[in-house]
This record gives sequence, structure tokens and C-alpha cells, in this order.
Amino acid sequence: MNPLTAILTLGLSLSLLAPAPSLAAANSGPIKIGAIFSVTGPASFLGAPAAKTAKMLVDKINNEGGVNGRKLQLILKDSAGSPEKAVSFAKQLIEEEQVLAIIGPSTSGETMQIKALCEENQMILISCAAAEVIVNPLAKHVFKVAPKDSHAAVLIYRTMKDHGIRKVAVLSSNDGFGAAGKKQLEDLAKAEGMEILVNEVYDKQATDLTDILTKVKSQPGVQAVVNWSIVPAQSIVAKNMRQIGLNVPLYQSHGFANRKYAEQAGVAAEGTLFPASRIVVGDELADDHPQKKVVTSYKQEYEKLFNEDVSTFGGHAYDALLVIVEALKKAGGPDREKVRQAIEGIQGLVGTAGVFNFSATDHTGLSLDAFEMITVKNGKFTVYRK
Amino acid sequence: MDPGNLALQYFLSGITKGSIYAVVAIGFNLIYSATGVLNFAQGEFVMLGGMVAVTLAQFVPLPVAVTGAILAVAVVGCLLELLFFRKLRHHSILHLIIITIGLSIVIQEAALHLWDEKVRSLPYFTGNEISSVRVFGAAISPQVLWVLGAVGVSVAGLHVFLRYTLKGRAMRACSSNPEAAMLAGINISNMRTLAFGLSAGLGALAGCVISPITMTHYEMGGGLAIKGFAAAILGGLGNPMAAVVGGLLVGVLEAASVRYLPAAYNDVSAFAILLLVLFVRPHGLFGAPAGAQVREH
Repeated sequence: MNPLTAILTLGLSLSLLAPAPSLAAANSGPIKIGAIFSVTGPASFLGAPAAKTAKMLVDKINNEGGVNGRKLQLILKDSAGSPEKAVSFAKQLIEEEQVLAIIGPSTSGETMQIKALCEENQMILISCAAAEVIVNPLAKHVFKVAPKDSHAAVLIYRTMKDHGIRKVAVLSSNDGFGAAGKKQLEDLAKAEGMEILVNEVYDKQATDLTDILTKVKSQPGVQAVVNWSIVPAQSIVAKNMRQIGLNVPLYQSHGFANRKYAEQAGVAAEGTLFPASRIVVGDELADDHPQKKVVTSYKQEYEKLFNEDVSTFGGHAYDALLVIVEALKKAGGPDREKVRQAIEGIQGLVGTAGVFNFSATDHTGLSLDAFEMITVKNGKFTVYRK
Repeated sequence: MDPGNLALQYFLSGITKGSIYAVVAIGFNLIYSATGVLNFAQGEFVMLGGMVAVTLAQFVPLPVAVTGAILAVAVVGCLLELLFFRKLRHHSILHLIIITIGLSIVIQEAALHLWDEKVRSLPYFTGNEISSVRVFGAAISPQVLWVLGAVGVSVAGLHVFLRYTLKGRAMRACSSNPEAAMLAGINISNMRTLAFGLSAGLGALAGCVISPITMTHYEMGGGLAIKGFAAAILGGLGNPMAAVVGGLLVGVLEAASVRYLPAAYNDVSAFAILLLVLFVRPHGLFGAPAGAQVREH
């Protein structure tokens, strides 16, 4: 347990000693927001920046007087990437804490485990994970703020087509993120006129991928490699391709949008192409770009406070809170059903991942243009221009 | 690629993986030879070695950082033995093994708090991320040669130590017959401490040389320990050279499996063959049959 959770849990257990809050009592005191992030564990690079961001933003909102004159209280749980823990924390947040809404979890696997639970208990869930299945089929109370896998896959395929690439090798990790991406790439291949020649899944703890890449190299006609994972293998794949002299372009998923992985791959990452939201290239945005202000201010605050680069994943927590705060303002108070309806009415809300337009049928709110094609140049992320 | 070069390339990727398993397996073996304990925290020693070296490398040249990491982790290994095992020496081997499992979790959590959840790595010892050594039509990262070098040095060093030095012989004596060793004036507890320190140091060396290839993060130990353990079992426990052959074999089997089957099956094929070997030779490929080295534990 890290110090943060320890303090929060302590606060939580103390608050449990107080009589259970009735609905009337909920009209005063702070508004409770639950958060489930994988702060530690294999998906910590998603959850850790998200938890830091959520804490930072809640502090900031409270210092500025809160929402509608009431402070926010963040109740943060570390799921360590385990769906079982996510479920028990979700129950705790719903039954004991009676929070207004839950933000997170960080991974699609965890989100899917608690989707039905939240829907049954009429608990608003704003997931920070990417998979399509979170919002399709639609659940009344479940939203997500991370861009869709399918949009990433479409953008990758379209960029390839611009380069005359038609035949690809698809590599993915054997976890939820990899499996979801693999499915999107397979499903969309035909519509986008692409042919998948090699389609391999590797262990998420893989330490070396030269054997799989040898297979790709031995397959005549492969014009590019797409790797879909969120694990360190993203760096390994880039290094191994260059080491064995597989000289075709490497495309990665939006999971690559963490500078750490580009750093770890060093010169091997040069020229890697991947879709990501504009937060990773905030400096390059034109001053009149609608996202410029949000992205720059988040980036500056985060990097000043935590002394590390922002990633898209922390940005998702920022957006999730932003959506709740916006809906709270519109609903006028923490009435869960009113807040839920207010979320569905949000139009043109500028977040770190893009401009959100929710509706009763669209719980993602982001469109294809939330993604920008990014490339690595001299170790830095930069907008890809043909 | 022509078929010959292709086969060679698969073989070399097998060697790359296998060298990683082998270098981890050696550490497993030493503690086992000296104490009869299977140390499931061995993967954590590997992780600690990488972590400490990456941290030191920010301030001192790479060779110094690696040496420092090996020494530091060796000290950690000794301390762990003093703290957790010394008082328990009359307990069964099983107790001690369970303690190592507990230790592995504790070390992992400690590393998470001392450092963080991020992935880091040492620079390549020779060349960089894209350099490779050409072997006919195939290629291999120069770092793999460093790993194989570390394997060679460890095995040779251990061989000399265990066969030709008094301390090494005493260590083997403790393993084969603790009571007799004690009667001969050997301090068993100190020998055990030494074995833990040495294993931890060997693990740290492994963690440093594989860091550029696999990268280092606080959770890497578990996966490595499983593969290293499999390698040690396949080769035959208690023999460093057998562990190396076992490790390389597991790696090459995995790579060969990728050639013919979807990559998702490579663990399945490697472990299926491991099981087959163990059915035929329960003591591993090169291990002595159980009857030949009766343990008095």
C-alpha cells in the first residue's frame, strides 16, 4: 500500500465511524468522487499518472473554492491492475462510500468486470480505458473518456494506405489491451483494404521478440509491422526489428504514447508511427487550436508538480474529472441521476484527449480527429507530416 | 531469406532468450547446491541488481556501477540470510522455501517504494539499440554476447570456487552432509550466509547484463524466476553447467516453436518438452539420480 492510499484509507476508516450519511446529509460537506486506478502493478504506467493527475486536479478545484461552493473529496483505490480488486473496491465505493461517481479503472479488463456492477447500482462510471466494449453495448451509467481502439486502428490503416502499404504483420500482447486491438485490426482490415499476412500474439512479459520478428521477416510481402500492446515489449519490438535488419516501418498503438518507451528503445524508436491524442505534442499545437489552452496548462502543472513528462493516460483522469465537474455545474448539485443526464448533454467540452460531445447514444464523446499521427524524431514525439 | 539463414536466425533468437534464462538459472543452482533450498527470491536479486546498477550508472561509469550493484546485492543477500534464515536452521527445507517466496514479495514491494513503477535500463555495453553482430546471414545483438560472457565467467568461477578452494569444498560438504560437515569444524550457518551472498551477487550480475535487452522494472523477477527455475530443472539442479545448457535449450525450443506454431504457444511447447524430459529423467538432463545424493534434511 503506498502512502497515498494509506492516508486515504485511514481517512476512509475514520469517516466510517461517523453515522452513515443520509441523503439529506449529503447536501453539505464534500462531494465524494471514487477513483480506481492501477497505481502499482503491471499497468502502473497507466494508473500512476492518472492517480497523480486526479489528486492534483481535485486539490486545484478545492483551492479555487470547489464546485457550486462545495469541495470535492477524492477516494482513491489502487487496484494494482487486478480485476478482482477492482470489483471489491467498486463495491466498497458504491455501498460504503456512496460516492457520486467513479473514475477509472485504467484497464479495459478491470472496467469490463465492474461495468455491470455499476449499471445495476446506478453508479456513474467514467472509465479511463480504451476498449470499444465498454460503451458498446451501451450501459446507461457507463461512460469513457479514452479514445476508441477502432479510431486508432482506422488512423493507422489510413496512414499506411497513404504510403501504399497494403500488407502488414500484426503483433499484439496477450492481455486485454492487446486482444482488443488485435480484434479491431482484424475486423477493420477488409473495410480499409488491408491484408494481414502474419498475426502473432506474444506473452506480456516477453523479454525478447526476435523469433516472432524472424517469422515476419521470412514472410514475403510484409510492408509494415503493427504492434499493439501497452507493455515494455513496445520498446523491445522496435529494438529487435532493427537488430535483425527487418527494415519496414513500425506502427504502434496509442499505448506507445508514453515517452518512457521511446526513451527505452533509444535510436531504434526513431521513425516509429503511432496515433495519440494531442497532449503528447502540446508544444506544437497552433495557438488558436481549441485544445491548446487545456493541454498546455495541464502539462505545465503536472510537470512542475511531479517532475515527469505528461502522458495521455494521466490526461484521461483529467478528462474524467472534467466531465464530472462540468456535469455537476450543469446539474446544480450531486443528484446522481441529474448528473448522469447532464453528462449526456455535454457538448464541446475541451479536454486533454479532444473535444467531447456526449449524447444519450454516444458515451465516448470523442471522434476520429481526437487522434493525431505522431512520430519519434530525435527521441522526441512530434506530429507526423507526410 | 534463404532457409539456412532463416534457421540460423531462429537459433540465434533462441540463444538470446536462452542466455537470459541461463544466467538467471545459475544463481538458483548455487543456493540449492549449498543449502538444498530452492530460492524463489532469485528473480528479485536479478531485478535488484538491474535497479541498483541503473541508479548508480547515473553517477559513475558503467563498469563501476555494475560492480557496485553486484556488491550491494550480495550484501543484501547475506543480510536476508542473517535476518530470516539463521534463526530457523532447524526447520525443514520446505519452511525455508516458503520463506523465500515471502521474501520475493517483500523485496518486490520494497523496490516499488524505493524506486517506482517505471521501466528503466542500462545502456547497451557495446554499440546501441540497433547494433547487431552478423553471423552469416543472421544477426544477434552484441549484448547477447555479453550475457553469454557473464554466463561463462560465472560458471568457470563457480567451478573453480566449488572444486578447488577450501571454502568452496566446505560449502559442498554442508550440502551433502550437514552433520558431518559440522563435526569436521565447518560453520554451517556462515556457509549458508556465504551461499546467499554469492547467489545474490550472481543474480545481480545477471540483472545488469540482461538489463539492456529485457529492461528492468520492479516486477520482472517473477517471470524470470519461473523460466530460470525451468532451465535449472531441465538441466538438472545442482550443476551450474547443466543450468546453462538447460537455459539455452528452453530458449532454442521456444524459438523453434515459433517457427512452426503461432507464437502464443511457445511457452506451451517449451514446458511440454520440459515435462517430457522430467518423465524420462526426473533428475534433469545432467543431474545425478536422487539416490546418488541422499539428503539428510
